[in-house]
Amino acid sequence: MEWTPIWLSLKLAAITTIILLLIGIPMAYWLSRRSSLFKVVIEAILTMPLVLPPSVLGFYLLLTFSPNSTLGHLLLANFNLSLVFSFEGLVVASVIYSLPFMISPVKSALSHLPRSLAEASYTMGKSRFETFYRVLLPNIKSSLWTATVLTFAHTLGEFGVVLMIGGKLDGITKVASIAIYDAVDNNQYQQANQYSLVLFAITFVIVILVFIFNRNATRGPLE
Amino acid sequence: MIEVSVNKKIKTYKGNSQLLVQSVFPIGSITKVHGPSGSGKTTFLKILAGLITPEQGYIKTENEIWFDKKQQINWKPQQRKVGFVFQDYALFPNMTVLAHLEYATSNNQLIERLLMIGKMESFTKHRPAQLSGGQQQRLAILRALALKPALLLMDEAFSALDDELREALITDLKILLEEFGTTTIIVSHHKQETIGFCNRDLKIELE
Repeated sequence: MEWTPIWLSLKLAAITTIILLLIGIPMAYWLSRRSSLFKVVIEAILTMPLVLPPSVLGFYLLLTFSPNSTLGHLLLANFNLSLVFSFEGLVVASVIYSLPFMISPVKSALSHLPRSLAEASYTMGKSRFETFYRVLLPNIKSSLWTATVLTFAHTLGEFGVVLMIGGKLDGITKVASIAIYDAVDNNQYQQANQYSLVLFAITFVIVILVFIFNRNATRGPLE
Repeated sequence: MIEVSVNKKIKTYKGNSQLLVQSVFPIGSITKVHGPSGSGKTTFLKILAGLITPEQGYIKTENEIWFDKKQQINWKPQQRKVGFVFQDYALFPNMTVLAHLEYATSNNQLIERLLMIGKMESFTKHRPAQLSGGQQQRLAILRALALKPALLLMDEAFSALDDELREALITDLKILLEEFGTTTIIVSHHKQETIGFCNRDLKIELE
């Protein structure tokens, strides 16, 4: 079995998750503070990848990033960067596609924290950033963990978006889920089965880890 | 001395009402704020702390203007640094008793003294979830005092303490507050709770 697609999938999922941790958490914080019509619209846009068929998202990303579009042309001319049929393109698409999986749990956890926690910290002279970093974030640890794992697993299972914008270039954009489809397409059921088993095992372990990590945090009221 | 004259619109189930408070709090005084439920007592404390902005008025101390609508001055809570004991304690679930106090001050001597006053010496490594209601409330009071605040605001701060503990704590608190020169405002529903603690009285009603 060729391990490159598995390795590509893991690399894509890891990079996407790290980027989303960096940009998703501040966005979730911003969204969790006082709501306004503007924020509602932004949140709706950020949630769209959750409900949109992946092929629709992939199609529009393909149009946006193609060298014939303004953005695609600018990127190519100024940075020699093409986001179609390249690994970089997959990363950008995955970040957009998995955004709600990072933002939604973190935002929900932040808005469920009692407001007095932040207020108490402010009266002690602590800045918003220090309050966020030392008081709010540590108290939503289990949601952070869930969001991270969901994002990782969701990116690992990506198919439609990747196929639309990346195609199936060996060693560049042919991730595990595409390799499975490709193998079946070529009647190589044995190989498809191997990839599938590996993906199954990886995702199962991930889900088990989340449950183990969160088992103390979530006690039912009847226990 | 803290001079206050503020006006804030409050939404109640009966419609909009006005919270109007005008008072002067002498330095070192301990004022009990009382009034019917929903009359804006907690809102008043939050206005003083800078957590809620009033529509009109001013808040002045001896040398500082914390809020003045006309001059468009409005200090942030971080600049006012009042001690605030929240009704729900607002303890940080991730921090131990000691970490709470260290978050508020770097003065280790003061921390030790506060732990003794609150009878919390043997609980320094406990997190809020491992403390009883009374211990949590004491920790909230100690954390507010750790700032050596010029103004201490207490929202139902003795409600979870038994008589004996409360009386002992009040005696010790008064010594500390006098030493720090702290002006205190406490919201309380029960007359008994603040006996021997307050020397002034302020009634709040909505208009």
